[in-house]
Amino acid sequence: MLLEVDRLEAGYGVVPVLRGLSLHVASGEVIAVLGANGAGKSTLNRVLSGLMPPWSGHVRFEGIETTGQDAAAMVEAGLVHVPEGRRIFPNLNVRENLELGSYRRGRPRRRQNLERAFEIFPRLKERTSQAAGTLSGGEQQMLSIARGLMAEPKLLILDEPSLGLSPLLVEEMFGLVQRICADGLGILLVEQNVMQSLAIASRAYMLENGAFTLEGPAAALLENPQLKKAYLGL
Amino acid sequence: MMVNFSLLLPAVLNGVTTGAIYALIALGLTLIYGVLHIINFAHGSLLMLALYAAFFLYTLAGIDPYVAVLILVPAFFVLGYGLQRFVIQPTSHGRDENILLVTLGLAIIIDNLALWLWTSTTRTIDTSYAFEVIDLGFAFIPLPKIIAFFGALAFAALLWALITFTDLGRAIRAVARERDGARLVGIRVEHVYAMTFGIGTAAVAAAACFLLPTFYVTPQVGYAFVLVAFTTVVLGGMGSFVGALSAGLLLGIVESLGGLYLGESLGQLGIFVIFILILLFRPMGLFGARA
Repeated sequence: MLLEVDRLEAGYGVVPVLRGLSLHVASGEVIAVLGANGAGKSTLNRVLSGLMPPWSGHVRFEGIETTGQDAAAMVEAGLVHVPEGRRIFPNLNVRENLELGSYRRGRPRRRQNLERAFEIFPRLKERTSQAAGTLSGGEQQMLSIARGLMAEPKLLILDEPSLGLSPLLVEEMFGLVQRICADGLGILLVEQNVMQSLAIASRAYMLENGAFTLEGPAAALLENPQLKKAYLGL
Repeated sequence: MMVNFSLLLPAVLNGVTTGAIYALIALGLTLIYGVLHIINFAHGSLLMLALYAAFFLYTLAGIDPYVAVLILVPAFFVLGYGLQRFVIQPTSHGRDENILLVTLGLAIIIDNLALWLWTSTTRTIDTSYAFEVIDLGFAFIPLPKIIAFFGALAFAALLWALITFTDLGRAIRAVARERDGARLVGIRVEHVYAMTFGIGTAAVAAAACFLLPTFYVTPQVGYAFVLVAFTTVVLGGMGSFVGALSAGLLLGIVESLGGLYLGESLGQLGIFVIFILILLFRPMGLFGARA
């Protein structure tokens, strides 16, 4: 198993946000974590990527205990988090942003991976020496994902990749996620966009108030009356 | 006033050589400001410390200041790294106003330690080349000043190459603007902060080595330079590399011409007049972007 999370609890100050989450992701599958704003999605991502330590529970990556390790150690192990809000380096150009993607991991094959990133995201190639802060929202989102891929991740956490994109770009983005997954890495897709996420995920977890209220194969969840009512308005 | 080129040209050239030193000191300051977003009040004290180090290396071990660059630059890099990592960072608890106070406290401690250890005696070194002069045809320039000029420019060029072309440089620029993003590509932000502080301190050590043959050292010597360095950083635009470099050279010329026309003791007047004018009319500096 690529990622195993066991009864994870975390929060800010004395306020609990995650209340005992357990989940697992294997290589080559897209797993969706779905939930509304404030459900705890970003906190879950921050804990998994080592940006903040959990209160209790365990995280195992490729069978090795990684609970409480910092972000650099997680990247080194192959867990890469593409954050909500892109977090690209606005003052660096596109190429430099991508090069920094392999700061901790994937450096020996930086050149090849750069070529591959430009192949997947041809629009970035036209803008290699442009400051990343001047890119459009969609291009910044692509840059953020491409930067994540530069580290040759085994597990890619995508935090709201469709946020703020036009419907056409959202379509393209989900297509891309499928394409990236076909390379054999695991993807943890954390999204508000329930329908499209379930369309490409094999399994999904519904996150509400810091706990998983529903989980199972995506196809089954699509038929679940509770989910239909809450998220699809059916 | 008659413009006398036989006086003006040497004055300008002299100013440029001093300006290169100002620029080098300001580069360290602006780098630290640009990345850590703090004004390092200990910058002048570290310069003073480096001048003493170069002084004692010369008087006790016979090591020429130009050779001492090779020792003091790495030594002060380590000192700066350690100060940030083990003193400033742990005591500031991540709050910018605390960092300001911690660097101010460091300055006071270092200055008074120097006063206690070495007294306020003004010390100079006597080198064989101190009074050697190069005849450029139109002007005579002291050899140590020419060495200082090219040395400072070479160090600035190295610094620029480091910031522009290496992964460390890219990481330094990335951390300056996007800390969380930097963490997520695996950059250890605290390490990069300390590296930046170390590099800024190394720049000051290089400046001290180039300065000592034509200057003196006392425990208060840092202030004269750090005030000009602050002006340089503000004039060039906070955090701007090119800005600090050109502003440093410009202020060197202004000081030298001020000395020529107003008398040696009023030489720095022009620098602070410029400082006030810049704050009034162009607070983002000559090269800075509007915030």
